Amino acid sequence: MTATLTDHALLIAVVLLALGVCGVLVRRNLLFILMSLEIMLNAAGLAFVAAGARWAQADGQIMFILILTLAAAEVAIGLALALRIYRHFQTLDADALSGMRG
Amino acid sequence: MNLAFYLAAAVAVFATTMVVTRLNAVHALLYLVVSLLAVALMFYILGAPFAAALEIIIYAGAIMVLFVFVVMMLNLGEQAVARERGWLTPGIWVGPALLSLVLLAELLYILIPGTQAVVNPEIVEAKRVGVELFGPYLLAVELASMLLLGGLVGAWQLGRRDAAAQRQEAGHDRDAD
Repeated sequence: MTATLTDHALLIAVVLLALGVCGVLVRRNLLFILMSLEIMLNAAGLAFVAAGARWAQADGQIMFILILTLAAAEVAIGLALALRIYRHFQTLDADALSGMRG
Repeated sequence: MNLAFYLAAAVAVFATTMVVTRLNAVHALLYLVVSLLAVALMFYILGAPFAAALEIIIYAGAIMVLFVFVVMMLNLGEQAVARERGWLTPGIWVGPALLSLVLLAELLYILIPGTQAVVNPEIVEAKRVGVELFGPYLLAVELASMLLLGGLVGAWQLGRRDAAAQRQEAGHDRDAD
């Protein structure tokens, strides 16, 4: 495992994370925002696995498993909230929720 | 043999760009699955086969299926059939299919005996991960189980139709009869 390959893997993780941030900032559909969050979590997992592979330790993969459970819990709650918002407002537009009552 | 790694990385970045720029949720999901498969291949080449398997089984399998379920639930209605017909035109699935073919070719190439596809000489096996996971990281596993329980209860509570809406719908049904 060469250092340059680790560097490049981390670079790709940064690129994927940046794409996810762009998605969260640019898209207004709740489903796309959730997908972009998944992309960002996945990029973080890639960084952990690359770092774990660099030192040939299992810790990177363990952190990836923990990120996986976090992503599963997050997406379950997020999708349930999206369904509820769709039932209530008949739209998934995040801007439609910015107005508050009162 | 770094070419396989960079090819998978290029597929991942390209597919992720397509996810962020698609207008239709199902098209974006197709590209997102391809992106996750590409990242799984990168994990394998980095010498983390267990993480690669989990990426495919849980991310590309379970979590993406959850997304597809929700997209399908939101599309109930007559126009859904017409939309479904539109999705079956080749222009939509040919992009993800081509990217998957690239990944499949890479996978077959890696599986040829003798190719040094895995660049890491020290592969971290699933056994080592498991020993560490249930040794020093036992507390983290317990916390993760609590998190999953919280997610389960929260999703059940949020996904349930509230009683008032249910009564209202029952009333509508009776009016329709």
